[in-house]
Amino acid sequence: MADILNYIWLIPVLPFLAFAAAGTVFIGKPATAAAVSIFAIAISFIISIITAVLVFTSAPGFIYESSLRWLDMPGLRVEMGLLIDPLSALMLLVVTTVALLVQIYSLGYMRDDPGFARYFAYQSVFAGSMLGLVLANNFGQIYVFWELVGLCSYLLIGFWYHKDSAKNAAIKAFITNRIGDFGFLLGILLLLITFGTLSFSQLPNQIGQYSNAAMLLVIGLLLFLGPMGKSAQFPLHVWLPDAMEGPTPVSALIHAATMVAAGVYLIARAFFIFSESAQVMSVIAYVGGFTALFAATIAITQNDIKRILAFSTLSQLGYMVMAMGIGAMTAGMFHLTTHAFFKALLFLGAGSVIHALHDEQDIWKMGNLSGKMPVTTVTFIIGALALAGIPPLAGFWSKDEILSGAFAGSHTILYLLGVFVAFLTAFYMFRLIFVAFFGSNHGGLHAHESPAPMTIPLIILSVFAIGAGLVNTGLTDFAFSRYITVSGLEHHEPVSAVMIISSLVAAAGIFLAWLIYQKQIISAEAIKTKFIPIYNLLQNKYYIDEIYAWAGKNLVLGSSRLFEWLDLKVVNGIVDGLAGFARWSGSKLRLLQNGQIQTYTVYIYVGLIVLLLAAICMSVNAWLI
Amino acid sequence: MMNASPLLSFILFIPLLGAALIMACPKEKHQPIKYIAAAAALISLLLSLIVFLSYDFQKAGLQFTQTYDWIKDWGISYGVGVDGISLPMMLLTALIGFAAVYASWKIADRVKEFFALLLILISGVMGTFLATDLFLFFMFYEVVVIPIYLLVVMFGSTKRVSKEYAGMKLTIYLLIGSAFLLVALIALFITAKDMLGYPSMNIADLAKLNFALGFQIFIYILMVLGFGTLLSMFPFHSWSPDGYAGAPTAVSMIHAGVLKKIGGYGLIRIGLFIFPAGAKVIAPVIAALALGNVIYAAFICLRQKDLKYIVGYSSVSHMGYVLVGIAAASLISINGAVMMMFAHGLMAALFFSMIGNVYEKSHTRSIEELGGLARQMPRMAVGMMLAGLASLGLPGTVNFIGEFTIFVGAFSHYRVITIIAVSGIILTAVYILRTMGAVLFGPRLEQWDHLQDLKGVEMVPLLVLGLPILIFGVLPFSVMDFINSGVASLLAHINNIMIGGIL
Repeated sequence: MADILNYIWLIPVLPFLAFAAAGTVFIGKPATAAAVSIFAIAISFIISIITAVLVFTSAPGFIYESSLRWLDMPGLRVEMGLLIDPLSALMLLVVTTVALLVQIYSLGYMRDDPGFARYFAYQSVFAGSMLGLVLANNFGQIYVFWELVGLCSYLLIGFWYHKDSAKNAAIKAFITNRIGDFGFLLGILLLLITFGTLSFSQLPNQIGQYSNAAMLLVIGLLLFLGPMGKSAQFPLHVWLPDAMEGPTPVSALIHAATMVAAGVYLIARAFFIFSESAQVMSVIAYVGGFTALFAATIAITQNDIKRILAFSTLSQLGYMVMAMGIGAMTAGMFHLTTHAFFKALLFLGAGSVIHALHDEQDIWKMGNLSGKMPVTTVTFIIGALALAGIPPLAGFWSKDEILSGAFAGSHTILYLLGVFVAFLTAFYMFRLIFVAFFGSNHGGLHAHESPAPMTIPLIILSVFAIGAGLVNTGLTDFAFSRYITVSGLEHHEPVSAVMIISSLVAAAGIFLAWLIYQKQIISAEAIKTKFIPIYNLLQNKYYIDEIYAWAGKNLVLGSSRLFEWLDLKVVNGIVDGLAGFARWSGSKLRLLQNGQIQTYTVYIYVGLIVLLLAAICMSVNAWLI
Repeated sequence: MMNASPLLSFILFIPLLGAALIMACPKEKHQPIKYIAAAAALISLLLSLIVFLSYDFQKAGLQFTQTYDWIKDWGISYGVGVDGISLPMMLLTALIGFAAVYASWKIADRVKEFFALLLILISGVMGTFLATDLFLFFMFYEVVVIPIYLLVVMFGSTKRVSKEYAGMKLTIYLLIGSAFLLVALIALFITAKDMLGYPSMNIADLAKLNFALGFQIFIYILMVLGFGTLLSMFPFHSWSPDGYAGAPTAVSMIHAGVLKKIGGYGLIRIGLFIFPAGAKVIAPVIAALALGNVIYAAFICLRQKDLKYIVGYSSVSHMGYVLVGIAAASLISINGAVMMMFAHGLMAALFFSMIGNVYEKSHTRSIEELGGLARQMPRMAVGMMLAGLASLGLPGTVNFIGEFTIFVGAFSHYRVITIIAVSGIILTAVYILRTMGAVLFGPRLEQWDHLQDLKGVEMVPLLVLGLPILIFGVLPFSVMDFINSGVASLLAHINNIMIGGIL
């Protein structure tokens, strides 16, 4: 069994090889490209499962590390390593499972796309990069793969590059992430300068002996900028809703389940740094909490099925980040895990609907889908119930862990905020369901259930969405909490009051959605007209995009214009001016050479006199001395 | 020590030999001329690879050396050799030289002159990196300027500025820069002769001397003016965007790819090596000016519409990172600076060759007119995308290694300057992605349906330049170990001299 550790390197390497093959020799053979890609991720999945079995049957402190020298000189060493511990084993499971299911699903969803082979090549390079990130044993490696998953995100958002909207969304995603990565990179540089190492196994000791609180605060905040970009936390959240321009399976895999969760994973991985500074922790908690609320309020007014899910993802990521900030690392990772399954399920379900309706994404143009698409409808509702936190589905347990953590740690504001977000979540998800699946519109009249490659992943994921929460209940003796933890972290037993309150709140959200959108007892229009300024504010996402666009246009392009003017007029002007002066003086001096012997004779005499005078002066001088 | 190996001399003179053969060809024999050029560049490249693979970095120091007395009375010798710093530069020159020949394959007018001049240019650049004698170095540097001028005015293109203006600006600017170097060289020669008791222009000999601080500062300032101009140091950069825009593809490739690097190479291998104390005094000025490169040029990039101006200003911007690395003058930062020069050379040459290809077929370089080319020219799109991603320092490309290493090395010396320089990674991403989006992506434009994708010999520049970007990016130690051995021994030498001076 332990032999499996010798093959772990294959987990990220196989998808990279599949990328190389699918992107070059098989680029003209779509079926082969897809087969190679799926085969690679399937093998990675199997190795991951065996690894996870090994890790989770060993004692909780299991750790295995191996690495290769990559960039090495005195004072700077970056390795490419493999770090297997319960945390990375868990992520391996999540990433390979969802990636495999999404790739199988894509066989159906992307069937007629001309870029089929390219799509699978991108999927493979994403899988390889994400797995490399998960297995990283140092900050240098994590940064490398962090940027690479960002690249994959860019490529896949812009997959339909002929659409201007997709192109712009891809650019926006990359640049917003770069802003976060700027801070992240500075944080890494500071770590390296201060502690002389980037290794996850050496840093905790060093930091334990370090006492400069200000430096730890700065490092923590800078490093946190990375997760803010990657996990789309306010104010760097703007790219994620636009990222929905990519194919829907991509949204499920990258922009819901795995890549966006990398930020949360990083916080968990480097928890020993963040938890050193109480200020950093509260910044993390409040940024997360604010994002959770902020995004949920936007979600209730959106009409595009993918955008509703995108804002929901933002909100749930905020939840996870908040959990990290209040010290409930286990709860955050738990929610990451369950969320990966049910949010992937929801996105793939949305994809199934969009596919059936020929790229229609407006929920008001759907309706009546429940009869036509039974598998999609049932699995989607399961996903929504899990997200809403209805017991005993997966999301209930993990959300409850976070709320219990906030409650027990007496973060009252964050706890109340979390409960309110839970209400909003249930409301907007069931608004979507009642309108799109049960609404009286006839958009779904000609819809058909999707083919098997698409429905089978939905069914598998819905099993996870139902059952994944049980890994951290009394049934398994809270196995999750025993393995995914850090020293000094206290585990809060679930508080039954918290459980009851959050279940009731979620049920209330669903009930309200039912009243408004199914029974139509309360008129949505009336509420909208009554609160029209608020509605507009939410519908327009608090105008954050507009503010950024204004700043980009005026501040960035304005500076650009100023510098260009300086360069052309001043810097270049001086150069041309000097050249002009040389030409001008040449043209003037040229007049001295007028070709007349008389003039030249005058010059000769003048010269002679000057020389004579000089000679006399010098000899007089010499004589005087 | 003098294990006379003729390999480097072959690398150096085979392109010249090729040029001589081409001049002997009848001028209407286009194919043979091109084959001679390709063969000469290929042999030079293969020999460079052999040298690269057989260089022993554990031993470090100058290897493959060959020295003959030349003008004995002045202590001038013909001396060539490579160490860990010149080795990657040599490989870079050979790679780009080879790719440049293929990027010019479609030239149909005055073929003979073009390829002869191109080969002379390649030899000249190669000579600067291989020379172990300062006079020889300077001579090769001067050799380079003339073919560039001719190539620009004969084969260049006129857009925002005329090709005559661009060629003249480039030439005069570089000659003024080299005039400063000449002054420095003469002053150095005379002073060194007094100290040594015999004349010598051998770089290693000169570096053993401990010059007075005032003299070091004076000479180093001259070198910063000379080499800095060549490296397009702010505010002496304005020749660069105009020059590249006017130049034909092959010249842009060689110029941005390797010629510029002579500036950085000279500052490290000559300036810092011989005048460490002077360099130390001037370093903060260089670091401050470097921000002018990194930030100012990147901002200007945002508004450029001509692809060549974008890459031109972007190369000015990237040289700022090299300058920061040189200014910090630590082992890590100089390792990074050398790596960055290597990486940037590959990237800029690849970029220019892709732009040249598009321009050759579409007759435009304006990003407002181009668009959606990923559909018609997918391979070209891959090449340009790779160059773009390398330019924005994406991990997996060798450019990331350069930038990251410089940042690490410079951070402990110039904290604020490094932080501002790191912010350049955001600006670079903005202008590169904007450019990629405008040229490669977006709706398909029917007027470009007739554009043929890269095929046959056109693939050579993409492969020869693109593969090293990836290979050395994924396996950075395969170059960095060489560079580190060279820089480490250079710094060890400097420390010896400086400590000796204080005692």
